Amino acid sequence: MSDPVLRIENLTVSLPSWADRPRAVDGVCLEVMRKEILCVVGESGSGKSVMCKSILRLLPEPHVRISAGRIIYEGQDLLALPDEGMRSIRGGRIAMIFQEPMVALNPLMTVGRQTDEIIEAHTTLRPADRRKRIVEVFGDVRLPDSVRLLSSYPHELSGGQRQRVMIAMALVLEPALIIADEPTTALDVTTQAQILKLLKELQAKHGTAIMFITHDFGVVAEIADRVAVMRHGALVEHGHVGDVLTHPQHAYTRALIAAVPSLMPRHVLRASDTTQPKSNLLAITDLKKSYASRGGAFSLTRERVRAVAGVCLDVPKGRSLALVGESGSGKSTLARCIVGLERPDAGAIRLEGTDIAGLSRAGMRPYRKALQMVFQDPFASLNPRWRVGDIIAQGPIVNGTPRAIALQEARELLRLVGLDPKVADRYPHEFSGGQRQRIGIARALAVKPKLIVADEPVSALDVSVQKQVLDLLDELRTTFELSMLFITHDLRVAAHVCEEIAVMKDGAIVEHGSTADIFARPQHDYTKTLLASVPGRAWQSKCATR
Amino acid sequence: MQGFWRRFLRNPRVALGLLWLAFIVALAVGAQIFAPVSPFAIVAKPFEPPLGDFLFGTDSLGRDLMSGLIHGARTSLLIAIIATLAAVAFGTLVGALAGFYGGFVDDALMRITEFFQTIPSFIFAIVLVAILAPSGTSLVIAIATVSWPPIARVVRGEVLTIKSREFVQAAIVAGQRDIAILLGQVLPNTLSPLIVIGSLLVANAILIESALSFLGLGAPNLMSWGFQIGAGRPFLRDAWWLVTVPGVAILLTVLSINLVGEGLNDALNPRLRDL
Repeated sequence: MSDPVLRIENLTVSLPSWADRPRAVDGVCLEVMRKEILCVVGESGSGKSVMCKSILRLLPEPHVRISAGRIIYEGQDLLALPDEGMRSIRGGRIAMIFQEPMVALNPLMTVGRQTDEIIEAHTTLRPADRRKRIVEVFGDVRLPDSVRLLSSYPHELSGGQRQRVMIAMALVLEPALIIADEPTTALDVTTQAQILKLLKELQAKHGTAIMFITHDFGVVAEIADRVAVMRHGALVEHGHVGDVLTHPQHAYTRALIAAVPSLMPRHVLRASDTTQPKSNLLAITDLKKSYASRGGAFSLTRERVRAVAGVCLDVPKGRSLALVGESGSGKSTLARCIVGLERPDAGAIRLEGTDIAGLSRAGMRPYRKALQMVFQDPFASLNPRWRVGDIIAQGPIVNGTPRAIALQEARELLRLVGLDPKVADRYPHEFSGGQRQRIGIARALAVKPKLIVADEPVSALDVSVQKQVLDLLDELRTTFELSMLFITHDLRVAAHVCEEIAVMKDGAIVEHGSTADIFARPQHDYTKTLLASVPGRAWQSKCATR
Repeated sequence: MQGFWRRFLRNPRVALGLLWLAFIVALAVGAQIFAPVSPFAIVAKPFEPPLGDFLFGTDSLGRDLMSGLIHGARTSLLIAIIATLAAVAFGTLVGALAGFYGGFVDDALMRITEFFQTIPSFIFAIVLVAILAPSGTSLVIAIATVSWPPIARVVRGEVLTIKSREFVQAAIVAGQRDIAILLGQVLPNTLSPLIVIGSLLVANAILIESALSFLGLGAPNLMSWGFQIGAGRPFLRDAWWLVTVPGVAILLTVLSINLVGEGLNDALNPRLRDL
């Protein structure tokens, strides 16, 4: 346990002149021991990914380059190694698992062939032996029917299976070190739990050291032996996982840990709330929506994919309801139907008694004011060529408010969402992800809606920023007496802001109840799986009881 | 935006291109001052070699080659720029409508675009000028007609990607009308590729204009570089300068526009070069 596989000494990576800071990684010293999992934790921009890429010499040189330090791997200085030597290290001795398996795999090659290439490049094994090894390693990562899977293309696999293939490719040559760059961030909670469990098992079985990059302390609690916390390119704290999680030394680590949303429901419905039936703001009955999947120009049969299959759901006035489900469960389609971005095939959406389902774009216009949306991606949801003030004032101006008044109100809203009113004259690219999401919230509030539909508003944000945005949403909801439909795949987030939870699977609601009830007594099997998959659950309940 | 100008002007190739273009534009704008005598006027005996009384000598009819070059610059640039603007306007309209509305509109407009793309562009331009009778206007029409399809395709592609961005959905949710969304939200974001392809199109337009004039299909009462080359071609072995000088002028101008266009591209998409 004591001898390091990898030793990073005083590593410094310089950024080009136009970047926001001179160095991405600034004098980091770090060791990865044999047979341990080291989690590197930090927000986006902390330099954790750049550090990993510099180990494998994957930096976009010459703009981003290593300016000082040494990287010692099994006694060899990797920085002094010629390109030829580096090639034999990459893949063979150090393997990497990427965040997005769909992008990391070649779509035109079967996964079997892609794995085969790695063995072919690094060993002199005969084809039959290589095949045996691949089948073996595919079995190791629990890929079902591994022989048949060899001849599958990446698009034929699910996200979880693709990530398993990536792990198999990393393991196939039994490297001493695997670098995993946020390998579960793009996955659903349930898949994430399976992959984390798998990595832990494989690591114990093969004795590989893993350097695991993440921004989520929940994941850290699940998997890590040791933790290193990075901020602005420098290491602020590192130590044993138990010590860091229970007694964090640095204020920044404490802030990161405090930001992990807990599974304790914050909004508990009082008895009076449940007995007095609140009037419904939105009542959805038997809503259906399916998409035609285009089967090529000459195919006669058109398959239809059912995204929403008969959903009935009520959103009471002044309540906040979380719609929880995996990707592909139809929750986003449902949200888009509600705000009128999609037209449902059948069913009714009653907004205070008026059916708005199936209205045309023009017919929908009078109801737009009542229904607003907060979008998922803060980088795509603001027009880069508009000033922030104009973006927020856009809704009121369309609805007939004079421009000067609308801009004045926009400044007021900026203050409400915690930004300086002066920023109204700036453009979106000057803001961070969290700030942009605040602007997106201000835009939704500008027309004084009754219901805000928030489609995964924090899933693109770092955990520390997530909490701030969630708290803001929660606070504004009470100030403006809003109802909220909050779409998320993360039960922790749902627990933080919502009194009610509806669990959605395959286009239907499988369970609906108050947050406290669902957490304490989940009825449906799927809800139980979701609850069990929350990363860091054991650690959190330990914290809660203490 | 400051970063953009710095990246753009500090690029040595852009600086060279801009220098030459500025020179040509100055000549074209001040043609009456620099060469007050009509370029068609006979001023000396034919085939005077360069660097004599006249900087670039005289042609087969004794016309001053220099004067022709200066007035030719005006014709070439004017026709090229107007034709490009027309092509960009029409191409953007078609591409934006096709990309934004999709479905049947998209299919119909794109089939029309493909129809224009399948006809060899230069032969099509010749046919158009021949039908319309050679004149400045018909040159502009012919060049614009063969130049708009690539623009329509680029704009359509850009509109398709931008349309799916969430800020467009936010505008729909806010209740904006289609036309306001297209003009206010989508099109401004297609500007940078449009500027680049438009600038490169000017170079192409100069080439088409010269080629048409060379064939005798240019505007009959306007001096142009292509016409000068066409007129000098029979005397290539006796008076080399008659074709060389206007040829070099075309070469340098087209090259400069290409350099500036590529410089624009690099400056507008700085990341593209690094990756």
